[in-house]
Amino acid sequence: MNIVKPASVADAVSAAKAVAGSGGDVAYLAGGHTLIPAMKARLRDPEQLVDLAALDDLRGIIEADGRLWMGAMTRHRDVAEQAGRIPALTEMALLIGDPQVRNRGTLGGALANNDPAADYPAAALALEAVIETDRASHAAADFFQGMFFTALEDGELIRRVGFRIPKRAAYAKFRHPASRYALSGVFVAELDEGIWRVAVTGCGQEGVFRWPEAEEALATGTDIASVTPPAASLMSSDIHASAEYRAHLCTVMLAQAAQGLQ
Amino acid sequence: MTPMTLNGTPITVDAAPTELLVNVLRDDLGKTGTHIGCDTSQCGACNVLMNGEPVKSCTILLAQAEGAAITTVEGLAEGGKLHPMQAAFKEEHGLQCGFCTPGMIIAGIGIAERHGAGVDDATIAHELEGNLCRCTGYVNIVKAIRKGAADMGAGA
Repeated sequence: MNIVKPASVADAVSAAKAVAGSGGDVAYLAGGHTLIPAMKARLRDPEQLVDLAALDDLRGIIEADGRLWMGAMTRHRDVAEQAGRIPALTEMALLIGDPQVRNRGTLGGALANNDPAADYPAAALALEAVIETDRASHAAADFFQGMFFTALEDGELIRRVGFRIPKRAAYAKFRHPASRYALSGVFVAELDEGIWRVAVTGCGQEGVFRWPEAEEALATGTDIASVTPPAASLMSSDIHASAEYRAHLCTVMLAQAAQGLQ
Repeated sequence: MTPMTLNGTPITVDAAPTELLVNVLRDDLGKTGTHIGCDTSQCGACNVLMNGEPVKSCTILLAQAEGAAITTVEGLAEGGKLHPMQAAFKEEHGLQCGFCTPGMIIAGIGIAERHGAGVDDATIAHELEGNLCRCTGYVNIVKAIRKGAADMGAGA
């Protein structure tokens, strides 16, 4: 296994292309807090790692055009400390992993991996994020394509992500007590007056999804306690939680998020 | 060869750049105070300071530590005097078997740096979510970090 540390996005992409073009397995290394555990578990065995640590223009947070734009290498800690323009995002970032994980893990890494229990996909879907890469601009609605799958092509590198600044939003998460990943995570956002988005992570067999019944209830002012839970047949089920339990947790997290809107 | 600063001393490390930092620290550099508890990024026994911030060295490659300042538990005491956080763990009996202790002390320093001398117990408990202890029940660890943070703030 080799590792290179390119000095520019263009160099990073061509380093990845060189290996992928000859049929080799190549992986971008951001914070490494998903990739390295996956490698230790022998789920990934790339022959080439492309370390993005030197790409300083992939860091930082700015506000423009009604969006909060964050560089792909922005760490969870930085989001927690600097994304105050969207309080729900800072709140969400503080629920990821633990302080040591937040010192390393990155926004871009989390989105590119699209773990079905990760938090950022819910925020990206609810806040209609735009995911800009070295070659394209993806709407979040088209970006997440099932568990661990995204619209990214081989070697495509996320540069930055723009989250719509909502009128108000909140995230509620039921955490697995050891891994801190979501058993159910519900991100609620009012984008414009009466326009609501509700995105759910941690539950779906195909990863993050929108919950139209919950959006409808928030838009019409219906009692959210009466919202139909997501179908149990769409829920994942494992030793930690059954499909029925996860579906129920969604309604509990929805109520918590709706109470915590800011 | 990978250059870094280890416990204040500039060094170059002759090990595979894709080796885990924790293995390099323990096997190549002899800093066995950094422990391996779970190897799955959950227990925090392998915590070290990287440029002053606590990180899990089981989830960092040597190449990622290139040019960084790494501080292990061996590098905390100065001139034979324990770091205030180490002294607090001793005074408050914040350990039993001691296996998790180096990681707890490193995490405690990070908590003190971010939350200051007056950090409260609830904050400490929340911030320790990435550190597992199988002996103490955490009560004395929280007390030790509260005292350590106060003593660090007082410049002890």
